[in-house]
Formats: sequence, C-alpha cells, structure tokens
Amino acid sequence: MTADIATPAVPPTSDQIAAVMTPEHGPFWHRLPLVHQLRSSVGLQRGMLVAGLVLTAVFVLTAALAPLLAPYSWAQLRDDDGLFGSQLPPSAQHLLGTTVGGYDVLSRVIWGSRTALLVIVVAVVLSLFAGVLLGLLSGYFGGWVDRVLVVVADAIYAFPSLLLAIVAAIVISGGQSKMWGGIFAAAVSITVVFIPQYFRVVRSEVIRVKNEAFVESARVIGASSARIMTRHVLRNSVRTLPLILTLNCSEAILTLAGLGFLGFGIEPSSAAEWGYDLNKALSDVTSGIWWTSVFPGVAIVLTVLGITLVGESLNDLADPRLRTRRAAGRGRIAAATPDDLPVVDETTTGEAR
Amino acid sequence: MTITQDLAVDAVTPEPDDAPSGRRRRAGGGLGRYLLVRFLLIFPTVLILVTVVFVLMRATGDPITAALGGRLPADQLATRIHAAGYDRPLLTQYLEFLSGIARGDFGTTISDHRPVTQVLVTYGTATLELALYALLVAFLVGIPLGRIAAARRDKAPDAALRVSAILAYATPVFFAGMILKLVFAVWLPILPVAGRATTRSTLEMKTQGANTGIYLVDAISTGNWAIVGDVLQHAVLPSLALGLLTAGVFLRLVRTNMIGTLQTGYVEAARSRGVSERRLVRTHAWRPALVPIITVIGLQIAMLLGGAVLTETTFEWKGLGFQLVQYLLARDFVAVQGMVALLAVIVAVTNFVVDVIAALVDPRIRY
Repeated sequence: MTADIATPAVPPTSDQIAAVMTPEHGPFWHRLPLVHQLRSSVGLQRGMLVAGLVLTAVFVLTAALAPLLAPYSWAQLRDDDGLFGSQLPPSAQHLLGTTVGGYDVLSRVIWGSRTALLVIVVAVVLSLFAGVLLGLLSGYFGGWVDRVLVVVADAIYAFPSLLLAIVAAIVISGGQSKMWGGIFAAAVSITVVFIPQYFRVVRSEVIRVKNEAFVESARVIGASSARIMTRHVLRNSVRTLPLILTLNCSEAILTLAGLGFLGFGIEPSSAAEWGYDLNKALSDVTSGIWWTSVFPGVAIVLTVLGITLVGESLNDLADPRLRTRRAAGRGRIAAATPDDLPVVDETTTGEAR
Repeated sequence: MTITQDLAVDAVTPEPDDAPSGRRRRAGGGLGRYLLVRFLLIFPTVLILVTVVFVLMRATGDPITAALGGRLPADQLATRIHAAGYDRPLLTQYLEFLSGIARGDFGTTISDHRPVTQVLVTYGTATLELALYALLVAFLVGIPLGRIAAARRDKAPDAALRVSAILAYATPVFFAGMILKLVFAVWLPILPVAGRATTRSTLEMKTQGANTGIYLVDAISTGNWAIVGDVLQHAVLPSLALGLLTAGVFLRLVRTNMIGTLQTGYVEAARSRGVSERRLVRTHAWRPALVPIITVIGLQIAMLLGGAVLTETTFEWKGLGFQLVQYLLARDFVAVQGMVALLAVIVAVTNFVVDVIAALVDPRIRY
C-alpha cells in the first residue's frame, strides 16, 4: 500500500493503449478469466494456481457427487449387520473408522463437503449483493448516509468476526437446527461479517471511478443516475471482487467450522458438518483416537488451502508489483497483457471498448 | 487475507475531510488533532457495535425465553420476564442497556448471577496471558521468516515459506491445537494435554498469596522454579496453536510490504550507489515495511480474541473465551451480550492505542 502512495501512476504510452484496445489474438477461451491468468502465470505462481484449482475442483466434485462417493449416509448408524459401533479404528467396512457417536467418518467427511459448499454459495451470494449495492449507493451519492455507513462498516470490520457470527447464529437458529435452517443460519451469520468488506472495496472504487471523465460526459449527455451507476460505474468498480470472493469463501468455511466447533453448527442427523465432528472428537484426542479428528480436519485444511491458493495467485497476478515476470525473450505475453498498465487506464479503456 | 489486510491498512489511513486544503495544511501535522479525533471516534464505534449486538440479540425475543423457553410453564416464564423487565418497550431497554454500559455495568449473568465486569476481571488475565504468548510466537516466527521470504523472492525458501504461511491460515486453530495435543501430549507425552497448570501448582500459588491471575508472574513470585516450569509447559501448545496462525499472517504481510519497499526509488538509488543487497534488506527496506504491520497488529488483536475463544475451548484454558462458551452452552444470553459488548469496548480501545502508535511512527498518518 505504501508503495502505491509513493509511486505515482505512469501515464501510458500510445503503444500500451493500442495493445489494450486491439483484442488479443488467439481463441476466445484464452481471454476467459482464470484461463487468462493461468496463461500469464509462470513458475511458482502457476504451480500455486494449478494446485489451488485442482484442490478446489476436487472439493466441488466431492460435494456434487457425495451420494455416489459416500459409502453410507451422514446420519446412518447401522447397516444390515447391526450397529456400526463407536470409535472403531479404520477397517475394511469403515475405511476411516467411526466416530464417538457411531457414524462412519468417511461418509461424514464426504457429505460435509456438500454442507460447506452450500454455506459458501449462500453466504457469498448474500453478502455480494448486499455489500455491492450498499457500496455503490454509498460511494455514488456520498453525504451523511455514506459517512454513517462507513463508520458502521469499520466498526463491524474491526470486531472479532467469530463472535459476531456466534451472536447472529443465536438469533437466527437459537443454536442448533435442521439442515436448511442450519445452513442458512451459518450463511447469514457469515454474511453479517462479510458485507463490510465488499462495501468498503466497492465504495472506494466507486468514488475513484465516479470522478472519471467518462462519467462526467455521461452526466452531461443527460444519463440518469441509475443508468450511470449500473452502466458506467458498477462495471468498472468490481475489478477486485473476484479476489475478495475467493478469500471470503475460505473464511466462510473456517467460520462455519468454528461455529460448529463451539456447538452452534448443524445437528448431526440433519447434515454432516466438519466443525461439529471436530468438536465431538476433542475428547477422543486425549485417549489417542486420532481418526475422528484428523480426517475432518484435513478436509477443512485442504479445502481452505485450495481456495486460498487460487485467491492468492489471482491477487499476485493482478498486482504488477508481485507478479513474477516471464524471463525476457521467452514469450510475448508478459509484455503486453492489459493488466500491466496502471490501474487508471484500465477503466478508461474499459469504457471505450 | 492479504487483500483484506491491505484494505484495512488503507482504511485506517484517514481520508481527507472536507475542510479546504489551505486550512487543512495549517492544521496538518497536528498530531494533537489527530489523536483527539481518533479518540472521539472510539465512542461511535463502541455505540455501533453495542447497538448491533443489542438489536441482534433482541430481534427475535427476550433472553429469558431463549434460556428457559419450553422448560417452564408459560405463566412462570411471564413472571420471570416481567421481573427482569424484558416486557417493557425495546427502546426503554436499549437506553437502559446503554446507560448501564456508560456506567461500566454490562449486566448480570442469569446462570450464576455475577456482574459481567467481574467475569472479565476473573478470566480476562488468562486470555491476556495467552494472547501475549501468541503474539510473541507470531513475532518471533512471522517477522524474520517474512524478511527471508522477501529477500529470497521466488526462490525455493520463498516458495516453502509462502506455502507454509497459507497452510497456517488454512488450518483452523482448534484443529491445529488438536494435532499438537495428539503429537506432543498423547503420542510423545512430553507436554500436558490441557489447562493452565497442574492442580498442585495452582493451589501452591493460591496459598502463597500470588493472585495477579497471570500465572507466569504468580509462579515467579512464589520463587519455586518447578511451578514456573509447570506453568510454561502448559502454555507451550496453546501459544503455538494460536501464535502460528498469526505468524502466517505476519509472514505474508512482511513479505508483501518488503517486496513493495524494495522496489521504491530510494532503495533503487541506494542499490545504484553500490549498497549490498543484504544491507538493503536489513536497513533500507525493512523499517518502512514495518509501519503497516503495526496497524495490522490492531486488527490481529480482534482476530486473536476470536481465535482465543477456540484455542481456550480446545485446551480448557480458563479465560474469557472458555467462559463465553460456557455461557453459550448454558444459553445465558445476557452474559453473552454483556461479554460481547465488553469485548467491543476492548477492541475499540486497543485499536485506538495501535493507531496512536502508528501515527507516532509514521508522520504521514494525520487527519
């Protein structure tokens, strides 16, 4: 951040503008998000991005295919041979053993990915809509509403998010609840924490963009505020959102697990949830029973790791200071990609396109 | 994480206010004015947080029904609600809650009839001790490693350190705690499983009249080195679990900031004068990179408090977080509301202190 202040943006040369104005050659899928980033990455950064994408894909596939992959249901306690029994070590019947409550660990780990994915989707969609809308209105219109919203957002942002999520979870579900109720409770609790983040980012971008010449000219032409906001400002203000989005996905999983660990998760009969399983495994650890805690824990770590690696790589690739450049002469991509240009120019050219 | 933290740093750096630039310049550099404005900002912040907590907790009902609903017949429930004053208009209750807080009264718990402030005094020191150990671990591990990563950018050490920093972030603190327990307390039984000290040491400290609540201080004041060792042994695993999480954040922050400062003009100028690369890292790029870290520590304190709730539960470390969870399980929402409000005050005040330190270090931070 300090470097941003210290180094003023260099005005672009006409060559650079031309490079942005003319669409890149090559098949259209080279310009898709992620594919574009993948192509412009090199070395370690590409490795991190690929590893992250693979882990995330495994997570999403596991969630989607849970009914096919899981040997048992998440709440199944018995099969044809009778009860599973509790705290059984890994065996042929139960590849990862059984929990203290007598559930199959593998099945609960697999079904848990589905709960996590649902919570992520609901939480991110809710906070994205609310945060972007508030940020857009607040940044565009300014005034005292803006000031109040900023102070509120800062106050909430500075507060321990888990505590806020606990309070929200108490309100929404009174603690424990059924599957969809629990998923919504967890998601809304997380949303409360995330809205300020989107709000702040979008607001500061909107404030920057609304002073650009093209917004001024739209206003002169007589475009309505609503049109300027949606057509001209919004589209130029959401550039950084994908990065925050990925990081929030991983925070959502951690918050969900934290809530579950503290006993504010979803009942085991309603859905599988990793944090709840870890809570129940806490006393197992002391007696050396490792399989009930290690597997759900590793599931959390790998999922968060995957999503965070994607987010970190996107962050680094979007920041010219952090991006590793391809060695000179080995390719032309590094030299002429649009995001090599200073930030300001991207918005103006984006409008001109 | 890095992003949100960068943003945070950005946000704390105050925006220019509406005063004409001439007037601002005259006032500019006025550390006193900055401190005053920053101090006054504590009050709206606390007010907002306390209001959010109050509204959330009361949005759906009163705490008595939440705690005892279904367990008591309706008429008894109504009597209790009336006795506690929860049947009055919400606005009256809200104003009463606020005036209580202004007087330092955060309510009385339902389950054990203790003032929330007394709970803070009893258990706060344990949390403070844990947080200090964790910060120590985070500093000792995170900052030197972040320097190494920045200096050896894109080389093998950088790659390994970055991946471990992300791993530290991706591991929930309670899972890290459970793994540490499994390895160092169960498989290789060299460290205790849970608690802050053995019962014997605790008793010994009590009988010797050492009761600051910070066990290390108490243990040293008994003069018995076995007790000091015992207390330290108990602190190792919780501090590592909580500290390594924060260390990962510090590592990434130091790395990003140092890479930024290593590319600035004055470092380039020093490089062209022939200053060695090692010296550039050690002296030129290092100190400016530290300023944002001070600000982030303020935000980390909030995160530490959240992490402390989980760590204390994992290790039965009887601090504020552990106690908060006990009240949660007892469905004592008056206690929860009071404690969360109290924590809001603590967070707001620590953030103020951190901003003051940042302003003293960096003269650019002014209103």
